[in-house]
Amino acid sequence: MFSNQIAVILGESAGRGFSFPPINTILRWKDVVPGINKVVIIAILSAVIGTTLFLVASLKDARKAPKGSRNLAEIIVEFIEKNIIMETMGKSGMGWTPFLLTMFVFIYLCNLPGIIPFIQMPATARMGIPAFMALLVWVVFNATGIKHQGLFGYFKNVLFPPGVPKALYILVTPIELISTLVVRPFSLAVRLFANMLAGHLLLVIFALLTQSLIQAETQKFFLVPIGILPFALLIFLTGFEILVAFLQAYIFTVLTAVYIGGATHPEH
Amino acid sequence: MEALTRIAHASIRVAAELTPAEAKANAAAQMAGLAYGLAAIGPGIGIGMIFGKAIEAMARQPESAGMVRTTMFLGVAFTEALALIGFVAFILLKFA
Repeated sequence: MFSNQIAVILGESAGRGFSFPPINTILRWKDVVPGINKVVIIAILSAVIGTTLFLVASLKDARKAPKGSRNLAEIIVEFIEKNIIMETMGKSGMGWTPFLLTMFVFIYLCNLPGIIPFIQMPATARMGIPAFMALLVWVVFNATGIKHQGLFGYFKNVLFPPGVPKALYILVTPIELISTLVVRPFSLAVRLFANMLAGHLLLVIFALLTQSLIQAETQKFFLVPIGILPFALLIFLTGFEILVAFLQAYIFTVLTAVYIGGATHPEH
Repeated sequence: MEALTRIAHASIRVAAELTPAEAKANAAAQMAGLAYGLAAIGPGIGIGMIFGKAIEAMARQPESAGMVRTTMFLGVAFTEALALIGFVAFILLKFA
């Protein structure tokens, strides 16, 4: 009953008012060149920007006090070493800094366009990039485990974790098999993808709501002031998306570090 | 339970007046909302517990705050995955 009244006020029956566009107009962009659309361009740009930042920073004199791009690069490297590797893998994992650093910077720069005006599309909101990164991580941590423990030793540690009563292996082994080899890459990819897609859809919904209220054709005198509320929430959510972009890049990198650390040093 | 039955009855009553495609889209939209709502309950409680316990731990031992924070985000990431799979199910039901 109440929703009917709202629909009448918003002029929905007259074909105006709030309506959500088909999902493809939000997510799928026209190809600029066959095979290259906006998402691809964003992904390529973020790879180029990330690489350029660290190349430029590396060319500077390391003996002087760091400033500008070198300062930024050193902050990021220190963050990766101190907050991600030392907390998960310890000192022996320092060799993984380049891999984790690349991953973190690339994902962060792919997430960030979600809130940059006029671009507003996180490249990770399409399944392709997260799925590929998750597969890469899957290959890397399995290969590390096999390299450090041998093929037999690695799968023995994964499938038959030590310290479990023998009879429980009937229960534990299938769970471990699925959780390590299937659920890990799947959840890694879906977590990044769904977080960015959810944020993107939220921004779209509040932008559309603001527009449909401020440009309302009926009952203008009180719908236009109401339109300020979703706009305020839109601003707040944009700020929140900066946090989410950082947090998702951080979580992806931390989980990668945990998986690699777990494969290098098995539990005893 | 009564509310669920009422929703089901309402959808059946409406479905009688719609074409099959529209009825299917309606049912999909309702079930999508239900699916995401149900998927959000558990992880909501879980994330609340994780953050609460982490704050407790940090308040007791501020020197271990860094380690607790990393572990907390790990726990949140695992818990949140369930809600996000629910969200993906929502997108698939609603739009696919």
